[in-house]
Amino acid sequence: MTATTMARAERRAPSRPGSAEPWAGTLDLLRLYLRLDRIRILVWTVSIGLLVAGSVASMKQIYTTPESLQARAALMANPSAVMMTGPAFGLDNYTFGAMVANELSLYLLLATAIMSILLVVRHTRADEEAGRLEILRALPVGRFAPATAAALTVMLANLLVGAALALGLVGTEMETASSLAMGAGAAVTGLVFGAVAVVTAQLTEHSRAATGMALATLGAAFGVRAVGDVIDNQGSWLSWFSPLAWAQQTRLYVDLRWWPLALSLITVVVLLVVAVALSQRRDLGAGLRKGKPGPAEATGSLLSPAGLARRLLNGAFLGWMLGTFVLAVACGSMANSLEDAMMEIPTLGEWIAMDLDDLTSSFGASMLSFLAIAMVAFAVSAVLRLRTEEEAGRVEALLVTGSSRVGLLSGWLGCVALQTLVMAVVTGFGLGLGMWAATGDVVWVGRITASALAYLPATYFIAAVAVALYGLLPRWATVSWVLVIWVAFVLFLGTLLDLPSWAMDLSPMAHTPLVPSVDVEATPLLTMSGLAVLLGFVGFLTYRRRDIVPG
Amino acid sequence: MASLAIETHNLTKSYGTTRALDGLSLRVETGQVAGFLGPNGAGKSTTIRILLGMLRADSGTARVLGLDPWSDAVAIHRRIAYVAGDTNLWPNLTGGEVIDLLIRTRGGEPRSRRRAELLERFELDPTKRVRTYSKGNRQKVALVAALAYDAELFLLDEPTSGLDPLMEAVFTEEVRALRQQGRTVLLSSHILAEVEKLCDTVTIIRAGKDVESGTLSQLRHLTRSTVTASLRNPAVVSSAPGVHDFTVENGHVRFDVDNAEIGSVLRLLTDAGVENLTVAPPSLEELFLRHYGDEVREEVTTR
Repeated sequence: MTATTMARAERRAPSRPGSAEPWAGTLDLLRLYLRLDRIRILVWTVSIGLLVAGSVASMKQIYTTPESLQARAALMANPSAVMMTGPAFGLDNYTFGAMVANELSLYLLLATAIMSILLVVRHTRADEEAGRLEILRALPVGRFAPATAAALTVMLANLLVGAALALGLVGTEMETASSLAMGAGAAVTGLVFGAVAVVTAQLTEHSRAATGMALATLGAAFGVRAVGDVIDNQGSWLSWFSPLAWAQQTRLYVDLRWWPLALSLITVVVLLVVAVALSQRRDLGAGLRKGKPGPAEATGSLLSPAGLARRLLNGAFLGWMLGTFVLAVACGSMANSLEDAMMEIPTLGEWIAMDLDDLTSSFGASMLSFLAIAMVAFAVSAVLRLRTEEEAGRVEALLVTGSSRVGLLSGWLGCVALQTLVMAVVTGFGLGLGMWAATGDVVWVGRITASALAYLPATYFIAAVAVALYGLLPRWATVSWVLVIWVAFVLFLGTLLDLPSWAMDLSPMAHTPLVPSVDVEATPLLTMSGLAVLLGFVGFLTYRRRDIVPG
Repeated sequence: MASLAIETHNLTKSYGTTRALDGLSLRVETGQVAGFLGPNGAGKSTTIRILLGMLRADSGTARVLGLDPWSDAVAIHRRIAYVAGDTNLWPNLTGGEVIDLLIRTRGGEPRSRRRAELLERFELDPTKRVRTYSKGNRQKVALVAALAYDAELFLLDEPTSGLDPLMEAVFTEEVRALRQQGRTVLLSSHILAEVEKLCDTVTIIRAGKDVESGTLSQLRHLTRSTVTASLRNPAVVSSAPGVHDFTVENGHVRFDVDNAEIGSVLRLLTDAGVENLTVAPPSLEELFLRHYGDEVREEVTTR
């Protein structure tokens, strides 16, 4: 029986008074959600499938000898590598499969987790906040039908992405069972974070906050497993508290075991039960955390474009800053395991030719380059928030009150620039604090904090690309995220995939010297700052001339 | 007595410390067009959401088409159509797609003659994406989807917000046609002229409580008519019982009179030598202002 005839049959069934029919209409809603998401799901599926197949194929070209693999295995002794990839299995006899699993799987898990969070919030809290859920619920649609249809949509999306991932691996002649396990692991990890988002959607009235809380949970899961895996590079007791670790603990291509995935499935069920329980305790449209009344009158600081920007961005800014600070402290505190790594692998010192101080310095530098991604992501999202405001018609409302366009844009961007600066300082300070705690050497606090500032030109440059796009092609402003994703891709996978240098150079971050482990080079920093100013200028010029386009 | 399509008794509902409904009772007979009148924030939408089973009342009872709106929500929804005052739709779908979606999920037939007829009457282009629609056009999408469905009961929550006067006229005709077919309509509004034009009965709600309810003529009976006349001897009338706000200007008098006293006042007017006379029936607006006027005064005095 097709979905259509089932839906028809369901409708024709006589309504029995007293039976609540909580799932009536689920199929109709599922069809609607798939209609709305078909492009999104297709893009995720195809891009993840191609990314995996392409990455594995190109790695096969690079790592052709056991020696090259073993060199890669030696890198996994470095805590910063473990932190940013995952537990390292099979290092003694490093196979190609083990390398793929150790170094690639984390990013695939993050991808499905982010996809699931975005899809879930889109069909739960975002619909509820916009009043679309009310329109659906006034139809003959059961109480649980919208949430169930959203869950089914996310399941289907994860199933497709997981299948594409497994197909990409099998297609590049990887071992079948482990390839399937990696696909399954990515899919169930996606479901775990989708379920987290179902819970956060119950807590708050706003979709932005629901997404933020779910992403923060993902960040925490990342931090927990990062620290846990550094404690023991095959995963310590701490790692097991992170849902990201479960899929990684399947020991793909080394000693495959399926049972850690059961933990993910159990977690999904538990989270969904919690979400249902929470949803029973709130009204449609409301969150469990009741919104408090705010001030009736605006304070003076709110009454300027910069003040308004500060107010609107404050929540996101504090969230990003706190999250990054905690992650930075946690990362920094792992610096003491460097000494152990040196002890364990005495050849490491000879091989890379550096002493412990150099090693700590390079550890700090590489951690900083990873953490800088958060600064970039914050800056771009804060610039693009202006586009959201415009789409909602709120920019119009400000402009007609007498704010000039230049005033509005400069106030907003000034606020973003300042917040990004604060974030850089706080990130460097946090990392420095952690490293101080780990090494007992207070000098790292100052050194790392100062080093963090070196990432500002690149960050401002990327944000300025968003500004220029916002001015030139407002409808395409979100495309700026492509650059952010590229920056992250180059940073995380660039060397592993041995990307050509021109491709790496497309990332502005690649031009930032790896301070404090190398000396500061002024030229690239000044060039990027100059380009940032130029792009910002383009943004201003075009913003002054273009139409304001809501919707 | 005719059966009741909607019956609520002493509904209460609080959001935190805000009391949205405070003992609301509402009765709508089958086949009637009932007006539900009140200013912003009086609790109209909260009531309708309870009737739709989206909110659960804190206390009190509600029946819709003889069923319980919370536990029989789906069964009720198969027999009703709902239009919200602020219609938000999926920006990426076209108007036509949304209409079909809403009709089909209710169990109706999407490609009906009725749908085409309504699209034409409301002058709606169904091929445009929802994101390009103005508020009025989004409202039309919801109205077409609701009116194209063969519902027993229509719950319309400020349905004409954003519509231009021409489209309001189309809407008025459509609601009149629904009444002819014996459908029941609950029309919530703060536009008095609309309610006056369309509704058989009116319930006025204020601060979450029904303060007045009945047919328009019953309600008018409770209020005053406005009389203007030329009198040879105005003094006779000025102190008569039931006469209020008496003014004289060049022999023209103008005053309000309680409808209960209108007969006796007319006799007095004859005695006073009336030369020309107009008696304007009380508008709903006056009725409304009398109820809400108090509130305004109370607010002023408590400040």
